[in-house]
Amino acid sequence: MKEDRNTPWREALRQSMKPKERVAIERVKMNELDGEYRSHNSEEVNQGLTKEQALVEAKRCLDCADPTCVTGCPVNINIPGFVKNIERGEFLEAAKVLKETSALPAVCGRVCPQEKQCESQCIHLKMGKQPVAIGYLERFAADYERESGQISLPAMAAKNGRKVGVVGSGPSGLSFAGEMAKMGYDVTVFEALHEIGGVLKYGIPEFRLPNQIVDVEINNLGKMGVKFVKDCIIGKTITVDDLKAEGFEGLFVASGAGLPNFMNIKGENLIGVMSSNEYLTRVNLMHAASDDFDTPIVKGQNVAVIGGGNTAMDSVRTARRLGAQRAMIVYRRSEEEMPARLEEIKHAKEEGVEFMTLHNPIEYIGDDKGHVVAMTLQKMQLGEPDASGRCRPVPIEGAVETIPVDQVIVSVGVSPNPLVPRSIEGLNVSKKGTIEVDTETMQSSIPAIFAGGDIVRGGATVILAMGDGRRAAAAMDKFLKK
Amino acid sequence: MNKIVEKEYFSANVVKLVIEAPLIAKARRAGHFVIVRVGENGERMPLTIAASDIEKGTITLVVQKMGVSSTKLCDLNVGDYITDVVGPLGKATHIEKFGTVVCAGGGVGVAPLLPIVEALKKAGNRVITVLAARTKDLVILEKQIAEFSDEVIVMTDDGSYGKKGLVTNGVEEIINREQVDLCVTIGPAIMMKFVALLTKKYNIPTVASLNTIMVDGTGMCGACRITVDGQTKFVCVDGPEFDAHKVNFDEMLMRLGAYRDEENAAKEKFKN
Repeated sequence: MKEDRNTPWREALRQSMKPKERVAIERVKMNELDGEYRSHNSEEVNQGLTKEQALVEAKRCLDCADPTCVTGCPVNINIPGFVKNIERGEFLEAAKVLKETSALPAVCGRVCPQEKQCESQCIHLKMGKQPVAIGYLERFAADYERESGQISLPAMAAKNGRKVGVVGSGPSGLSFAGEMAKMGYDVTVFEALHEIGGVLKYGIPEFRLPNQIVDVEINNLGKMGVKFVKDCIIGKTITVDDLKAEGFEGLFVASGAGLPNFMNIKGENLIGVMSSNEYLTRVNLMHAASDDFDTPIVKGQNVAVIGGGNTAMDSVRTARRLGAQRAMIVYRRSEEEMPARLEEIKHAKEEGVEFMTLHNPIEYIGDDKGHVVAMTLQKMQLGEPDASGRCRPVPIEGAVETIPVDQVIVSVGVSPNPLVPRSIEGLNVSKKGTIEVDTETMQSSIPAIFAGGDIVRGGATVILAMGDGRRAAAAMDKFLKK
Repeated sequence: MNKIVEKEYFSANVVKLVIEAPLIAKARRAGHFVIVRVGENGERMPLTIAASDIEKGTITLVVQKMGVSSTKLCDLNVGDYITDVVGPLGKATHIEKFGTVVCAGGGVGVAPLLPIVEALKKAGNRVITVLAARTKDLVILEKQIAEFSDEVIVMTDDGSYGKKGLVTNGVEEIINREQVDLCVTIGPAIMMKFVALLTKKYNIPTVASLNTIMVDGTGMCGACRITVDGQTKFVCVDGPEFDAHKVNFDEMLMRLGAYRDEENAAKEKFKN
């Protein structure tokens, strides 16, 4: 990265403008669709930056000698490297720099919580200014490359004929598959569902991450020789021993955090109460909201989404798009503590979502047919910080209210899917059900099996899952060449 | 894509399909189910496996025309392909030598009961099977069940075949006659509820195989959740078999109706 910074064009670029001038430029605003308009369709909300906007925004980056933004990135993308390429107009080059580290930059540019990662470490913040819009620029470079039709396939090592398998086709599995294919391995990805992409397809809605963008990435992997097998559950359809017998030398388990959590409160099994996984899977994977598809969905009018994470925001914004008159976020802490990306919260508000913070559901009430018709909420206040450092929500005694709802979407986290870990004998699994690995190499208690993403972390981000895939690939390569 | 190699009508609305699925045929055990999707716009539908042939690489499903998706599946013919078949899913039936086992099946529930009857018999149990249906034409797989049962009692609601009465009448008759160590029941939820109530009265351990609404079938969505002994369970990964005495069947019956309006509307649209 240092060497990179010392190239003559970078030095010249740094000299071309005074830091003071760079700092004086206002942070770019993302072009987005109107809140009212977009809350009735599934068009992508963020429209991306124009070339002109990107060129200006890239100038804001000071190309620091010690770029702290890079340390804020879970996979340490060479951020100044790609931003400066944008500044000099070499957009395809910028995309190449991104791809040195990230398998799915168009995805990360859209879904990473940049304000907690790279952008939170930007030097501008220390000067009381807005950070460089690294996420917007990442998306710009990746989109530019894709739309140019000149997507570069990475340099590929000669095929080594060695077979490795991947369980799950989400961000972690895809990133692992790409890395191994680059190194010459014969890679097969096994997916339980009928679509490739994992959470990128069933979870994140079209208005935030269009499927077409994910498909381009998947097609690229296909061009690199990665094979995909749908409708195949490792441990069920084929066992790990079967794979071994077929000549697979290594396996990367990235089966995700499949099991939705519920709160175990009264009325939670009423009709109309469901997990965000179910709601989003019906809409995103099964296209239930479209008349041409067979999977049903009830389009709620008064919809409460329980939780404050990105999945909760995805659910509540989906509910608005399906016609909910009233779509509410019910969250037991205050907005300050919400784990969702700031942009998602902002977008949800612009789309008419109500925020009922410091409220916690304690009961759902049904009619005589078992359909949910109301929820009882306990009002909360913030107490002392808990183990997570966030203020603990404490019930205010006697402060209870009942609100009519006809649909409740529970979005209070997920647990690791037990299907795969359960089926592999001798695999060390934590009490929580996550696969235990060496955090450096992602190697499990069974030497030829590596694991990453939510099945190891129990519920994290796309970028962390991808980072795991990369590290596991490097470590498995080393292990297999020993 | 899985090819249909054999099709047989058990009755006007009940179809047996033999499907190419070599990996599933090899991996499946009694009690397992598959998720099936017909067409790129189809929904994911759980179906318990009735039989498999490892050599031919096939599995057998018995499907009753109920709504749009099951009708689409039943309308496929030999040589057609099913868009997706994934499995085997769920936990396999726990098989051991219990002693005397009463297997009570109703309607198409008799199909998934068949492999369990076979496995129980092969494990050395005395197996008495009660087959129940509304009327004679709806009694299915009697011959195959008889092959692995020490005795078969057929019950029909209208008395057109076997004895007149409900499945519970048949089960109670056996209980009154001899020592029963286990009861296994598969059929409509309402039937399993009453079998469970009956065997509870006599303190006979009972296992029910549940068929709930599912989407992915792999634990991801929770559409299939039920309450067992006061605790929420997922039928797809924790089941499909549970202690019938602890299942909240009333809640299960209620939840089965979650999409009734949408299903009826879709059925009307499909007919036209």
